[in-house]
Amino acid sequence: MTITVTRRTFLAGSAAAAGTAVLGRPGRALAADPLAVAFVYTGPIGDHGYTFAHDVGRRAVEAHFGDKVKVTFVENVPEGPDCERVIRQLATSGNQLIFSTSFGFMEATLKVAKQFPKLKFEHATGFKRADNLAIYNARFYEGRAVLGDIAGRMSKAGVAGYVASFPIPEVVMGINAFTLAAQKHNPNFKTKVIWANTWYDPGKESDAAKALIDKGADILCQHTDSAAPLQVAESRGVYAFGQAQDMSAYAPKAHLTAVVDQWEGYYIDRVQKALDGKWTSTDIWWGFKEGLVGLAPYNAAMPADVKASADKLKADITSGAVHPFTGPIKNQKGEVVYADGKKASDEDMLKMNWYVQGVES
Amino acid sequence: MWVKVEPRQEASRRVIYATPVLAVGLTVLSGYFLFLFLGLAPAKTLYHFLISPTLTFYGWSELCVKAGPLVLIASGLAIGFRANVWNIGAEGQLTLGAVGAGGVALAFWGESGLWILPLMCLAGILGGMLYAAIPAFLKTRYEVSEILTSLMLTYVATLALGILVYGPWRDPMGFNFPQTRMFSDSALLPLILDGTRMHLGILVTLAVAVAAWMMMARTVIGFQIKVVGLAPAAARFAGFSRNRTVWFSLLLSGGLAGLAGTFEIAGPIGQLVPHLTPGYGFTAIIVAFLGRLHPLGIIASGFLMAISYNGGEIAQVEDRLPQAATGVFQGMLLFYLLACDFLSRYRIRLAATRREASPS
Repeated sequence: MTITVTRRTFLAGSAAAAGTAVLGRPGRALAADPLAVAFVYTGPIGDHGYTFAHDVGRRAVEAHFGDKVKVTFVENVPEGPDCERVIRQLATSGNQLIFSTSFGFMEATLKVAKQFPKLKFEHATGFKRADNLAIYNARFYEGRAVLGDIAGRMSKAGVAGYVASFPIPEVVMGINAFTLAAQKHNPNFKTKVIWANTWYDPGKESDAAKALIDKGADILCQHTDSAAPLQVAESRGVYAFGQAQDMSAYAPKAHLTAVVDQWEGYYIDRVQKALDGKWTSTDIWWGFKEGLVGLAPYNAAMPADVKASADKLKADITSGAVHPFTGPIKNQKGEVVYADGKKASDEDMLKMNWYVQGVES
Repeated sequence: MWVKVEPRQEASRRVIYATPVLAVGLTVLSGYFLFLFLGLAPAKTLYHFLISPTLTFYGWSELCVKAGPLVLIASGLAIGFRANVWNIGAEGQLTLGAVGAGGVALAFWGESGLWILPLMCLAGILGGMLYAAIPAFLKTRYEVSEILTSLMLTYVATLALGILVYGPWRDPMGFNFPQTRMFSDSALLPLILDGTRMHLGILVTLAVAVAAWMMMARTVIGFQIKVVGLAPAAARFAGFSRNRTVWFSLLLSGGLAGLAGTFEIAGPIGQLVPHLTPGYGFTAIIVAFLGRLHPLGIIASGFLMAISYNGGEIAQVEDRLPQAATGVFQGMLLFYLLACDFLSRYRIRLAATRREASPS
């Protein structure tokens, strides 16, 4: 069926739409209006890491819902007094669902959420929730355990270098999960950590990577967002893992795989719920099972049995047969923190501030 | 063909006042083409960038919040710059000031009393002064450049703050995340107006800027500072001590930076976090020079910088202006201001020979 829209019929139609809107249900008066969704990023969308991955999710929302949504984003927002203004700006300019994607935005998001009780907010990687403020995070440590499994087999020296950002539980958890999994293959496996004190600074990250290789690491893992450590690994001829997405383009030989953040499904689900009027404040921590965490394709240099072992661990974590934090686990002093067979609870992990034996930081 | 740069006899007053306007005009013009090139609607983007932040009362309140620390720090720095004392480390002094004030807030957490806030301000000023005393001592005793020491101590300050918020001062209920508790009400600056983030510190900032003006214009100390900066030999001859000026400038600018840090944590932030500012201590250097080291000029340039930040955010939200373009736009503004400033004081002439072009 073809409808020819003249200016007159268009105006008549608009008037009719406006009329129904006025008479319509009060909650969703302008049913035809797109849902305005906004994203606040701490890094540049071109970081090819964490923020990039969120932005892939943002674009998936746009592609999936088309003109049912109007999506805005603000990048490179500093964590501090500025982010409150940015979030409020988004709230006052008509956005109904706002995702703030960095831990440092927590207090600001909470403050603005209180002032705009009718709007919906979601904060990633934090712990403060409200009726109109949902929180969400990914079980990245599950992916990092698989990286550890691979590192335990691929490292000849038994020493990994870990370029880390800040010693928050999220990062500490990843270092521990990585180290524990590697020690399943090589009980003497060590992880040397350098804190770059930044999420994104290619210069500092590559300095840290060089220093770690000089200290004897022959495989690199990173919890910072640029591809710089991978490029160092490529030029120095050691293996490495990407961050947040498949970074093999930067280091075709060094890049073994990467933990891939797949926010697309989550964002589409939440926007759908908001469109349907079914959005509620939830506390989500999804991993392999829900598809929020994934792995990039393996490097061809990995022997078949290493690939098989990694695949098996991933399948076991997905099914729940294996928990990356299962005792016996000792801390750096050699004290037993989790006895044989005991598993760490979610709460334990979310406040983790100690390192397992074998981590040198 | 050679190019010769020579100072003008005397820049006219009209030119001095016209240069900032000219610079803004050139920035708008270049910005128009930049935004056009990026495929945006240039007029609308410029409107959002430069006009939107000033349209609402709330917008003005946010400009005050943003400009406040810049003006406070720049007022102190400008006095030192007049005396050729180059304190580049205000960011570190701000951080240590915040540590001092935050320490007071945490020590009396949960208690109430009108004395807590003044005590925090005092601790903040002292924190900043003590930290600025290190470059002052090294400069007066060992002739170490204060540019290097003050700058490098900034990184030490950030790490010291990190040790505290990742360690002993961490919020016990905060899942080991690197931040302190939210301060109690007695440790927070009262808001001047409800519904905004404008706090008492902004009024103090304006008072400080005016006091700095009075000091430079009307007091002997102000005169000494200017003489030491302009004519060190004459100052020595007049018996003005260079070392005293170094100490005075660094302690003053350090104390004000520490107070700015106090206002930030007792105002918009409300707690200590590992990253307190988006580089206010460094941006304030630009603000000081844009304001021609004059306290009232500094207030104006502080607001101009605030508009460029807040407007950049609005343009990102409304027009999807990439963040990098915001930086380019700000850079153009500074470039044109400095270029116009330079050309108002010097002129460029073509010279026939190299000898003629070389400075005589």
